[in-house]
Amino acid sequence: TATEATFETRPYKLHKLETPPNSTTSCTRDEALTFYTQMQMIRRMESAASNLYKEKAIRGFCHLYSGQEAICVGIKGALRAQDSVITAYRDHGWAYVMGCSVTSIMAELTGRTQGMARGKGGSMHMYAKNFYGGNGIVGAQVPVGAGIALANKYLENNGINVSLYGDGAANQGQLFEAYNIAKLMNLPAVFICENNGYGMGTSVDRASASTNYYTRGDYVPGIWIDGMDVLSVKEAISYCVEHCTSGKGPLVLEVATYRYHGHSMSDPGTSYRTRDEIQEVRQTRDPIMLFKERILSADLVTAEELKKIDGEVRKEVDEAVKIAKTDKEIAVQELAADVYSNPLEITIRGTTPYDPYTHQRLSKIINQH
Amino acid sequence: TQMTVRDALNSALDEEMEHDENVFLMGEEVAQYDGAYKVSRGLWKKYGDKRVIDTPITESGFAGIAVGAAMGGLRPVCEFMTFNFSMQAIDHVINSASKTFYMSAGLIHVPIVFRGPNGAAAGVGAQHSQCFGAWYSHCPGLKVVSPYSSEDARGLLKAAIRDPDPVVVLENEILYGQPFDISEEALSKDFVLPIGKAKIERSGQHITLVAHSRAVMLALEAANALAGEGVECEVINLRSLRPLDEATIIDSVMKTRNLVTVEQGWPQSGIGSEICARIVESPAFHYLESPVVRVTGVDVPMPYAKSLELACIPQQHDVVKAVKKIRCSRRRWLTATLALWLLTAQTTANVSVVQTYIKLEGVIPQGTVRAAREVCTRELAMERRS
Repeated sequence: TATEATFETRPYKLHKLETPPNSTTSCTRDEALTFYTQMQMIRRMESAASNLYKEKAIRGFCHLYSGQEAICVGIKGALRAQDSVITAYRDHGWAYVMGCSVTSIMAELTGRTQGMARGKGGSMHMYAKNFYGGNGIVGAQVPVGAGIALANKYLENNGINVSLYGDGAANQGQLFEAYNIAKLMNLPAVFICENNGYGMGTSVDRASASTNYYTRGDYVPGIWIDGMDVLSVKEAISYCVEHCTSGKGPLVLEVATYRYHGHSMSDPGTSYRTRDEIQEVRQTRDPIMLFKERILSADLVTAEELKKIDGEVRKEVDEAVKIAKTDKEIAVQELAADVYSNPLEITIRGTTPYDPYTHQRLSKIINQH
Repeated sequence: TQMTVRDALNSALDEEMEHDENVFLMGEEVAQYDGAYKVSRGLWKKYGDKRVIDTPITESGFAGIAVGAAMGGLRPVCEFMTFNFSMQAIDHVINSASKTFYMSAGLIHVPIVFRGPNGAAAGVGAQHSQCFGAWYSHCPGLKVVSPYSSEDARGLLKAAIRDPDPVVVLENEILYGQPFDISEEALSKDFVLPIGKAKIERSGQHITLVAHSRAVMLALEAANALAGEGVECEVINLRSLRPLDEATIIDSVMKTRNLVTVEQGWPQSGIGSEICARIVESPAFHYLESPVVRVTGVDVPMPYAKSLELACIPQQHDVVKAVKKIRCSRRRWLTATLALWLLTAQTTANVSVVQTYIKLEGVIPQGTVRAAREVCTRELAMERRS
């Protein structure tokens, strides 16, 4: 096999930018194996989550990322150690690429002790070093992400922040407030709209007066990216890192993608779109399928290697699922743990005055500076 | 020495910015304009654009950015020009700031201060004149302070900035220009007040008045007026609304056995309501000689007209009236208690002692069981009528 190969990126569309990201990108054999593994792992995790949800092992909201894997994998592939990410509630894949173990993700979904938030966050609230969630309020993560970028600039740590939102959130007023301040201050912030075609069941045409999301930062330059091609995503993010760290301020990206599942597990996802539409994407634009074809035809990897990865991925997810189903939930006393990092009251009121809890401090803070 | 609350806040900000270079101030008009209420006067000149940041008039955006900056390693002080506008950003105060530490099981902390003037202002109408004490103190994960004096303002703001959790600092516009005596100790750069501790501003044995922010002044004035009539009020300045210093209030009520709460905010689900509930659930309940009474703002949006606005906010005579009403009901309580005591004491040797006491109190002329029962019945009927 080859150790490195060059690929063409899919054509980008630009808004208020002179030069596009590179039209070619290189990919090493190691990268190819990593990206393939990551995308397969996310696809597999989400299938497992879907099953766990149907078995009622996962409660409440559960939003799956299947179909959108190339975005988080491609972005992460271009980010550096000092860069950070914040996203919305469709965060399982992001938690994984940002360093959470598969077990900690599956166990968080089932609300168990080994979850990275000990079962206190759930599907929508996952965290890791430089990964600030997991926000359940549509659009709220975007100004928060701009704030993290402000900290990057203030601390001169050369980091950038990437905040992600859906095409539904793209119409939230606070996004435009964040674009405005980010541009005024030239913050190293990349605002990324993951356009999967539908905000819940409302298609983009029915929700947005302009569906050119990469232009909707107006005075903020933008790029449209084919989000089904992991390498095109990665190349564009490398461009963004360069743009932001050279002091040119924020960018608004639109990454075109598709979600195979409904908006959340309670949505069969078929009343507002056709099964044929979903099938068509799966057969012609699936990000894993496309990447597999590319790296195989470039001789970066062998079919046997990929098959072996598939087996390992299945095994890792199966084992994580087993733990997620059998692990215990945290003790009820921990209900009153980590409400405050500096608790001033030790007693926390229970449901009646007769059964108070004791505030405990258990965690090690990961964003302490 | 005297210092206005405005200068107290300004000096606290200045000192904490000097103390920690990651502390910075952002908000509308905080920099070049010197602050809409001049709280940040001079800070932009001293610290420059990097650390004193004028924002557009977009609360949701800049409050969210402040929260992100805190997550990213800074110590933002986010000024709301007034807390009325914080409603545009309340999602970031509550969902983004106060819940993240818990949701992440303590992985991500958010060391941020939200501050600005709160409560009834003067002549600005309904949208610019209300108290958010109850709103924010409702939410676990937040700490909420409400300073009254210059000492409070300095000590609490400095403590809030140093605290690693989200803190809401509810200042009061009317108090900004108010000078207060301030001690040498409170002027020290190291001076901080503990968040969650109330201050007994005035000691007294007959009745406890609990207040926060500008209502403390009202309670103190009422206490002075009542002292002339032989009623000694203990005045508690809450300083902090979350945590609420329950222990100080309970101790005081167990001493004075009577309680009136005083605040400028609305009555329903207000700070007074909370204190009332805490007392009712605590051992202090059994010490109460009279019902707890809340003195609050009137239960309407703030009107513009001067006389109506005045009527909307509790005045000294309201507090005095509440205390006097309580003194009356306290006498009824004593009567009923003594009568019941007498009823239960009928077979013991203490009867004569009780009878003597009742005579002294002038409640009933003859200390007989029958008379006591009559008194009880009459008192209960009176209670029902009133």
